[in-house]
Amino acid sequence: MKNQYANRKFVLGGLLVLFGLIYIIKLFQLQILDTSYRLSADNNVLTFVPQHPARGLIYDRNGELVVYNEAAYDLMAVPSQVSDFDTLDLCETLNLNKETLITKLQDAKGYSRYIPSPVVTQISSVNYAKLQEKLYKYPGFYVQSRTLRKYSRNIGAHILGYVGEVDEKAISKNSYYKLGDYIGISGIEKSYETALRGQKGLNIYLVDVHSRRKGPYQNGRFDTVAIVGSNLTACFDVNLQEYGEKLMSNKIGSIVAIEPSTGEVLSLISSPSYKPSLLVGRVRSENYLKLMKDTLKPLFNRALMASYPPGSTFKTINGLIGLQEKVLFPSTSYSCNLGYYARGVHVGCHAHDSPLMLIDAVKNSCNSYFCNVFRSILDDPKFPDIHDSFLNWRNHLLSFGLGQKLGTDFPNELNGFLPEASYFDRYYGEKGWSSLTLISLSIGQGEIGLTPLQMANMTAVIANRGYYFSPHIVRNQNEDNLQKHFSSIDSSYYSTIIEGMDLAVNGIPGTGSTARIARIDSIIVCGKTGTAQNPHGDDHSVFIAFAPKDNPQIAISVLVENGGYGATYAAPIASLMIEKYLKEKIKRKWLEDYILKTDLIHEQQEE
Amino acid sequence: MSSRRNNIWVNIDWSIIGIYLVLVFLGWVNIYSVEYNEDTKGIFDISHRYGKQLIWIILALVLAFIFIIIDTNFYMYFAYPLYILMMVLLIAVLFLGKEIHGAKSWFAIGGFQFQPSEFAKFITGLALARFLSTTGLNLQNYRQIVKSFIILALPVILILLQPDTGSSLVYASLAIVLFREGLPGIYAIIGLAMAVLFILTLLFNKLYVALGLIFLAFLFYFLLEPKKRNVFIGFAIFAVSGGIFKIVNELFSWNLSNSLIILINLGVTGIIFTVLSYIHKLKHVLAIFLFVVGAITFTYSVDYVFHNILEEHQQKRINVVLGVESDPLGSGYNVNQSKIAIGSGGFWGKGFLRGTQTKFNFVPEQSTDFIFCTIGEEWGFVGGVVLISLFMLLLLRILYVAERQRTKFNRIYGYSVFSILFFHFVINIGMTIGLVPVIGIPLPFISYGGSSLWAFTILIFIFLKMDASRTESL
Repeated sequence: MKNQYANRKFVLGGLLVLFGLIYIIKLFQLQILDTSYRLSADNNVLTFVPQHPARGLIYDRNGELVVYNEAAYDLMAVPSQVSDFDTLDLCETLNLNKETLITKLQDAKGYSRYIPSPVVTQISSVNYAKLQEKLYKYPGFYVQSRTLRKYSRNIGAHILGYVGEVDEKAISKNSYYKLGDYIGISGIEKSYETALRGQKGLNIYLVDVHSRRKGPYQNGRFDTVAIVGSNLTACFDVNLQEYGEKLMSNKIGSIVAIEPSTGEVLSLISSPSYKPSLLVGRVRSENYLKLMKDTLKPLFNRALMASYPPGSTFKTINGLIGLQEKVLFPSTSYSCNLGYYARGVHVGCHAHDSPLMLIDAVKNSCNSYFCNVFRSILDDPKFPDIHDSFLNWRNHLLSFGLGQKLGTDFPNELNGFLPEASYFDRYYGEKGWSSLTLISLSIGQGEIGLTPLQMANMTAVIANRGYYFSPHIVRNQNEDNLQKHFSSIDSSYYSTIIEGMDLAVNGIPGTGSTARIARIDSIIVCGKTGTAQNPHGDDHSVFIAFAPKDNPQIAISVLVENGGYGATYAAPIASLMIEKYLKEKIKRKWLEDYILKTDLIHEQQEE
Repeated sequence: MSSRRNNIWVNIDWSIIGIYLVLVFLGWVNIYSVEYNEDTKGIFDISHRYGKQLIWIILALVLAFIFIIIDTNFYMYFAYPLYILMMVLLIAVLFLGKEIHGAKSWFAIGGFQFQPSEFAKFITGLALARFLSTTGLNLQNYRQIVKSFIILALPVILILLQPDTGSSLVYASLAIVLFREGLPGIYAIIGLAMAVLFILTLLFNKLYVALGLIFLAFLFYFLLEPKKRNVFIGFAIFAVSGGIFKIVNELFSWNLSNSLIILINLGVTGIIFTVLSYIHKLKHVLAIFLFVVGAITFTYSVDYVFHNILEEHQQKRINVVLGVESDPLGSGYNVNQSKIAIGSGGFWGKGFLRGTQTKFNFVPEQSTDFIFCTIGEEWGFVGGVVLISLFMLLLLRILYVAERQRTKFNRIYGYSVFSILFFHFVINIGMTIGLVPVIGIPLPFISYGGSSLWAFTILIFIFLKMDASRTESL
C-alpha cells in the first residue's frame, strides 16, 4: 500500500535522530567538558566538621593543676527540623522564660532554616544532665559541647595569657586555623600554642538537601582523628604567685622571682592585673574592652615590657665591672660629703660614715662612691677613647642580659633601654660627652631602662656568682634553657658585692644598712635597694634580692611605681616573697599587714 | 486456533519487546538506587518504591500478555466507545478525583490510585487511528482536519482543567500523526514559525519582533518582486506614513505607544498595499502581507497569554530555559540541581548506588520525573548515551514497524505510539539537562509509577499485537 506521504517518515526519523544527537552533545558538555558541576556536587553534599581536641592542661611547679577545661553546653536548633514541642517543659528544664526561647528561635529562623544556631548557650552541666534525658522529645534540637578554659585559683593572668577566636590575620598566616577556631593570644597560651592545642581532626559527612547528616563520607576513609593537646608544667609556684598578687594589690609595679640555679620563673606579677576568667567565653570581648580602656593598663605586662631606671640596685653591677676592669678594689675607698661634686655636677647623697670602702659603699648605697667608680671605668687609661671604654662597659652589661631580650618563652618580652655610644654622639656630638656627662648612669639613672625581668635576671647572675639560665616559665620544653650564659665578670669578684648586699640587709642596726626591713631571722637575704627617679612623679621603690646567701634558691626584683624609697615598699615585699617561698609561713604579720593595707593607687588619685 | 497463536509468538516483534524489557529493568534498577539506603531489607519491600515498582512491573507483564491475546478487531470496533468512556472518566475525575499537588488527576479507590489521563493516551491514539483510517478521508479537506483536531483537543482541554499542563501537551504531540497522514505542509511550517516566534517574543521586546517581521516581509517582497522599484515605493509608503503617525502623535499628545503606532501604520499601509496589489495583480504581496499580520498578531497574543494567562511558576520555568531568568534557588532550582547531578557523573559515572545528589533529595522527584539524573550521575556519560540510544532504537523500530503495516488503522496507531513516546522522551530528558522547560511528565518505562508504566505497556503491546497479526488482517 503505497502512500504519497510515506516520505514524511524520513522527516520524523530525522527529527528523532536530531534530538538524540543534540541530547548526547549536551550530555557531553555537561558531564565531560564542564567540570564545575562536580565541584558543585561536592559542595552540595559534603560537610567538613572539624573535631577540636581538648586543649592541654597547665600545672604549676608543684604539680598543682592551674588551668583546665570545663565543658560548656550549647543548645542548638535547626529551625527546619523543629516541630511542635512542649515549650513549657523545655523552659522549666533550663530555667528560661518562654518569651526568650521563642525570640531566640525566631532569630535562628531568621538566620537560616537549615544551619544550626545556638538557642541557649553555656548550659550548666546539671541542667545539661536533665536536658539530655528529654532531648528526644525536641526534634531539631541538639546539644553541642565546647570546652572553656577554667582557672583553679583565678590568678597569673600575665603568665598564662588567654585564648580567643582566631582573626583574619592569623588565618592568612597559618592555614591550620579556620574561622571559629581558638588560638592562644598571650602568655603561655600563645608561646606553647602548638603543644597545647594538639591537632585538629576532621570528619567528612554526607548531608542531604536539608543539611541533615546522612553518615560518614566513604565510611570515614578520609577522616582524621584529633590529637589531644599536651599538658604542660609551668615553673611558677601558684602559692607564691597568689601571695605576690595579693601583696601588689592596690599598687602599680611588678615582681619577678627566678630560681637562679635553673632560670625557672617562680613568680611573675604585673600589677594591676585582672582575673584570667574574665577573658573566657562569651564575656571575653566585653571584658577585654573594659580592660583596654582602664587607665591603669591592667593588660600591659609591666614585668616584661616596662622599662624602669634600676636606680641604686645598679650600683652592684658597676661595682662588679670596676673590679673586673681593675679600676676598683675591695679596699678602694672614696670619701663622701653629702654627695659628689665635680666641675659643676652634683650628685647628692645621704649622711653616712666617710670615707667608705666597697662593701660598706654597697651597704650604705653611697652615691659618691659609685660616681667615682663609674668615672674610673669610663676614664680608664687602658682605652684610648671614651667610645671604647663605654663600649667595654656596655658589653659587660649585655653579658648580664640587660638591654636585650633574654630569650624567654614569654611572647611579648621587650629589650629595655641601653643606648650605644652613637646615641650620645647624636645628642652631644662625638667629642661632646664624657664620663661626667653620663654620671647618673653610675647610680642607675639617666639613659638606662631595665624591665623587672631583666633586674631579676641580673640578680640571679649575682646569686649564681657569674652566670644565668634564660628565664623560662614552662619546664622541659626547650633545650636552650639548659644553656648557661656566663657574665663577663670573673666569679671571684662577686663575693665582695654579695657581702655588701648581705650587710645592706643584715648589718648591725645603726651602721647604715639600707634594707634592714628585708631581714628574715632564719635566712640570710642579700639585697640592694633602689630609689628610681623618674619624670612621671614620685620615685619608684626598687629592690633586688636573693636568698639564701649560700646556694641561693630565689632571686627577686620588686618595683613599686611611685613608692618612694626602695626600703619603703619594694624591700618588704621582696622579703615577704622570699619568706613565703622558702618558709611558706609568714612570721612577720605586722609587715604583711603594713603592705596589704598600703593603697598607692587610690591614694594617688585622691591627690 | 493453535497455529494462529503460534503465528503470533513467531510474528511478534521481539526486538521491541527486548528493548522494552531492558528499559523497564533499567528503570527499576535506578529506582532501587534512588531509594536505597543501608537498612534496605529486600527488593520486595513494598514500603519502598522499588518494592512497589517491582509489583507494577510484574503486573505490567501480565497486562502485556492479556493485550497480546485480545483480538485486534476489538480495538477497531471499540475505539470510539472506549474514547467516549475515557472522556467521561476525564470529566468525572474533575469532580470525584483526589487532589494531589494541586491537580485533580487521580481516582482513589481504596488504597489504589489510578490516573485516567495516562490511559487516555492509547485510547486517543486508537480513536484517531479509527477516524483517519475511514475510507475516502482526505486530510487536504479542511473539515476533516478540524474533526481530527477535535479528537485531540477534547482530552487536551479536559486534562488542562485538572490542571496537568504536562500531560495535556502529550496529546498535542499526536499532531505528528496528522502530519504523516497528509496534513498539508503549510501547517507544519506555520507550526514551526509559531514556535520560533513564541521563543523570540519571550526573549526580545515584542516591538522589535514586530519590526523584524516587517523587515523580513520587505526582504521577501524584494526577492520575489521582479520590479524592484515597487519594493522601494512600498517601503517609502510605509516609512512616510509611519513618520506622519509619529509626528501627529507627538503634536496632539495622544500618547500612543510605539507598538500601537506601528500597528496602525501597518493597517493603513496594508489597505494601500491591498488596493495597489489588486490593481496590479500582485498576488504574493497579499500573501506576504497576510503572513506578517498573522505573525504580528501571534506575537502580541503570545505576549498577552504569557503575561496574563500563564501562572507565575510556568512563566518562570520557560524563562529559566530561555536563559531570561536565572534563579538557581527558586524556579531554576530543580534544573540546576538536576544538571549538577548529571554533570557530576563524568564519563563513567559514580557507580551503582554511589550517587550522592540523587540520594539526598537534592534533586526533586528523583524516582519519577527526574529519574534521568540518577542514570546520569551513577552511570555517567556512558549510561546517558546508552539510554538515549535505546530510546532512539525503540522509536526508529516503531517507525519501521508502523510503516510495514498493511492497514491504515494499524499504521496510524503505530504513529500515535511513536508520537507519544517521542514527546515523552524529548521533554523528559530535555528538561533534566536544561534544554526544555520543566514539564512534569515521566520517562516512559523508566520512571516510578504504576499508572504510567501500565499505560505505556498497553500502548506498546496493542501495537505489537497489531503488528504480529498484520498478515491475517488482509
